[in-house]
Amino acid sequence: MSEHQLVIEAGRGEKHYWRDLWRFRELLYFLSWRDILVRYKQTVIGVAWSVIRPVLTMIVFTVIFGKLAKFPSGNAPYAILVYAAMLPWQFFANALSESSNSLISNSNMISKVYFPRLIVPCSAVIVSLVDFLISFVVLVVLMAWYRFLPSWQILLVPLFLFQALVAALGFSLWLSALNVKYRDFRYIVPFIVQFGLYVSPVGFSSSVVPEKWRLLYSLNPMVGVIDGFRWAILGGDAQIYWPGFLLSNGLMLLILGGGVWYFRKTERIFADII
Amino acid sequence: MSDTVIKVENLGKKYILSHLADKREQLFSSLLVNKAKSLFRGGKQMLSAPLSLHSPSNSRTEEEFWALNDVSFEIKQGDRVGIIGRNGAGKSTLLKILSRITEPTKGRITINGRIASLLEVGTGFHSELSGRENIYLNGAILGMSREEIKRKFDEIVDFAEVEKFLDTPVKRYSSGMYVRLAFAVAAHLEPEILIVDEVLAVGDAEFQKKCLGKMEDVSTKQGRTVLFVSHNMGAISRLCTSAVLLDAGSVKSMGTIHNVLQNYQTHCITSSCNWIRPENMSNNLMFKFISIGVNNSQNSSLLSFAADEEVLIEIVYEIERKLTGCQVGVRVTDSDGNIVFTTADTDTTNNSAFQREPGKYRALFIIPGFLLTPGTYTLTVVAHLPHRTVYEIIEQAVSFTVTNTGWVGVFDGRLGAVSPRIIWKTSICE
Repeated sequence: MSEHQLVIEAGRGEKHYWRDLWRFRELLYFLSWRDILVRYKQTVIGVAWSVIRPVLTMIVFTVIFGKLAKFPSGNAPYAILVYAAMLPWQFFANALSESSNSLISNSNMISKVYFPRLIVPCSAVIVSLVDFLISFVVLVVLMAWYRFLPSWQILLVPLFLFQALVAALGFSLWLSALNVKYRDFRYIVPFIVQFGLYVSPVGFSSSVVPEKWRLLYSLNPMVGVIDGFRWAILGGDAQIYWPGFLLSNGLMLLILGGGVWYFRKTERIFADII
Repeated sequence: MSDTVIKVENLGKKYILSHLADKREQLFSSLLVNKAKSLFRGGKQMLSAPLSLHSPSNSRTEEEFWALNDVSFEIKQGDRVGIIGRNGAGKSTLLKILSRITEPTKGRITINGRIASLLEVGTGFHSELSGRENIYLNGAILGMSREEIKRKFDEIVDFAEVEKFLDTPVKRYSSGMYVRLAFAVAAHLEPEILIVDEVLAVGDAEFQKKCLGKMEDVSTKQGRTVLFVSHNMGAISRLCTSAVLLDAGSVKSMGTIHNVLQNYQTHCITSSCNWIRPENMSNNLMFKFISIGVNNSQNSSLLSFAADEEVLIEIVYEIERKLTGCQVGVRVTDSDGNIVFTTADTDTTNNSAFQREPGKYRALFIIPGFLLTPGTYTLTVVAHLPHRTVYEIIEQAVSFTVTNTGWVGVFDGRLGAVSPRIIWKTSICE
């Protein structure tokens, strides 16, 4: 009996929270599974959507930045340079757009059933992760096309993927929780995503940024993630700018920590205000 | 250790009703705009106030509301407890706190045992997914593990009677099938404490019986504790052994089901099946209602009627000066606030220029039996010149409850907004 004792009191959700989160881990799986299943229902080309979007953007960026503006790309083909950055960026952007609305679109569940609410934005991030894996296949095709052989560093991609995951989760927690209370974020997020594509080094290598601005530039946490991906995939010339990389990472952890804190703080009133 | 499984102590839940902005959707931008406006308007003293979400400029439009206040009770292992009370008494809030959907503002609840709550059937069902997929999804949402669902899968499908449609998206299900499937998943949860809200109000009569039976099973054979909220007094008295009566956020009475139900009825009779003009009520010059009462055919005040009984409504009013064209009307609404019908004393006189001399009047009308479905009905009474002047209106003056007839399987539990008894003529043909 005592194993299941539960005390409900004002301001006392904490005690069982992390244990509950573990207990509900299958729900995380089922929610992601549901979103993946439902995602491309009633679409004609289905999963191809998750390939077409990054590929088209990649072509546009290659033409504009590579061919017209003639930015340097080192020894790698410009298309691969862009695509290597497009992967984490798309993942990040998708995760943000999906998760910021996730609590609202699951509001009926939130007002009718108890479960650790963290599961909802997390599952949205996982759905974006699946898209990422699909688009990754395209990278392999692209490398074969250009006969580009990556070095051993490509084995470190999972590490940088984890970094992207931390960044996406951190922002997602903030945005999803804020969106419950202030629906303005429904309009802010598409803007962040659109704007971020241009201020992050997706279409160009971050080495084109003048040295004295690099550290400031690294305040954008995606700079560190994208540089990491480029380094791992392109190898050779692509360099990681270490002070900036560390700054990006530190910032990301801070955002994630803050996100968890803010989410946990506001979670208890979700059902009242959603 | 005692066998108390739920112990509620001094529980309270406060809501802030904000009249400033729509409570459900608060726009950050409008918050900023308001803040800016008040800065300009308030001048110096506002500038010194902190720019917080609860600055004094907002507080005058915010109102505290205690949905629950100082609620305490205990529930023992194996009890089947009904939670009753009128709309807005705090039943749903209590359930939401017990199921951990929302937090209390004060007080404490101690629960011993695995708890599951059903505040709605089919939470999280996705219309694009098939029946099979939804069973897994809904099970996970209710807190079952994949293993557990797999083990009970056949039983669930059996109970819901949907084997043929397992791979059809539930959006193509009939509403009956949908509800059956949803309840079936929930019914196979195995918590030590089960909390159920009004979910039996859906589905056809036969299925309702099945659900009630299942819940009784869960409680008597397996010794589980059940908390059941319903407006259906018939279902409550059949299923529950004890009850808690909530009124305006606090516990009015608790104890055995019989006592509490009686208390509920008498408590409501004094407050709502008879309306008598309060002494301090302002008088208008033309028209005043003196009393409004709900009676049965034996002319005694009553709150509860079987669906086959007549309901007598008596309205006493006084007119101070001669009135032409006045109509006394009654609007009957159900517990969801839907208007069931409207009737007026001019319906049968056919004379809209009905003249009334000064004096005291007594009006009577009968709501026939075999018309209203079980539920609670509220009467609003008005005296007016149609489309022109309202002399007096008594909103929600009285209310009464219509219960099942007791003719189980013949008349009770029918679907529909009304339940008239219609004459059928059946004869054998050659």
